[in-house]
Amino acid sequence: MYNGGKIIAGIVIFIVLVTFPIWFSFSNESLGKKPEPKKPVGYEHCVEDTAYMKAFHMDLLNNWRDSVVRDGKGLYHSKAFKGETYPMSLSDTTVQSCMTCHSNKADFCDQCHNYVGVTPYCWDCHVEPKGNQ
Amino acid sequence: MDESRRCFLKTAGASIVGMGVGASAVTALADALGDTPYLGAKTAKRWAMVIDTRSCAETKGCTKCMDACHRVHNVPTIEDPRHEVKWIWKEPFRHAFPSMFEGTHGYEDRVQPLDWLKDRDVMVLCNHCDNPPCVRVCPTQATWKREDGIVMMDMHRCIGCRFCVVGCPYGSRSFNWKDPFGKPGSEERKNAKLDPSFPTRTKGVVEKCNFCAERLAKGMMPACVETCAKEGPGSLTFGDLADSESEVAAILKQAYTIRRKAALGTSPHIFYVV
Repeated sequence: MYNGGKIIAGIVIFIVLVTFPIWFSFSNESLGKKPEPKKPVGYEHCVEDTAYMKAFHMDLLNNWRDSVVRDGKGLYHSKAFKGETYPMSLSDTTVQSCMTCHSNKADFCDQCHNYVGVTPYCWDCHVEPKGNQ
Repeated sequence: MDESRRCFLKTAGASIVGMGVGASAVTALADALGDTPYLGAKTAKRWAMVIDTRSCAETKGCTKCMDACHRVHNVPTIEDPRHEVKWIWKEPFRHAFPSMFEGTHGYEDRVQPLDWLKDRDVMVLCNHCDNPPCVRVCPTQATWKREDGIVMMDMHRCIGCRFCVVGCPYGSRSFNWKDPFGKPGSEERKNAKLDPSFPTRTKGVVEKCNFCAERLAKGMMPACVETCAKEGPGSLTFGDLADSESEVAAILKQAYTIRRKAALGTSPHIFYVV
């Protein structure tokens, strides 16, 4: 083999670089950690059941936004909990909004959002509850 | 006697049953229909405002309506006039009604002799036109006219093209040239005095008066009207123009009112008593 040493060295460097994400994550403290969103104390359930909220809260919030801003509606009728209504609001402090119960963004929203690396732009405009500071 | 008592009992029984069925039917129906407005929300066929410029001008230096509006809507105070954001503000009469002194307005014969009027400060805000040019030019339908006449803004949809700013003949729209309270997540933003019940805006969206749609939905009057009535001269009147019994209709019946640049055909719904 001509230039065997160089080729083998090159292959080794190549493998090290390609597998960088794998061995780097082993050396990272965050490995094996799971997000731990803190649930608000003293409340039995959210506006829908937990499984639905985990999977579809972003769709729900989008629907709420359209319903409030574009249709001028205000109250959401829960599908899982018949007869229960909730104000459709993320952060309005004058009604019972999402952030009334989930009063700390860092302890709740950010936990999973940071874990999966998504940055929703809700808080670019909406005002974070003071529980955060 | 017997029969009437029997009739009474029958009717009463039927009513009680009916009420029970009715109430549960209403709940079931509401659940099936989906989202509903708040109970006690203020509704109208056509919202409109009347501004009495006489009593307003008498209280010189009063900025209470502006302060209240800008406080509840997190409107920033920016000194640089090229960057400033305004929802409601004061303008000299000759600027608010420029065509009136040029003879293209339609009722200049009544106003032109009133030379002293030129310098009177009048409150100006979005006119919530019947035929809003801003809505026609908006490419994303981020601004649109609601059925009750309010020209609404959906900041989520605004792409910041500023067609509406150019389209509006009243200068009612402001563009956010920078993040109004500092970058999201920054110290400046954290320390900003904001009303948490209403969102702020980001760089690159247009904003304007929304006739306090969010307050009407919760059964409250617009912030400027409420504040002017409580702490000011009560120059601002807000109500349903389509309702002949309403307060605005009552003023329009007895006072001489004008509208800004009515000749343009936008049909503004802010009326000024001069």
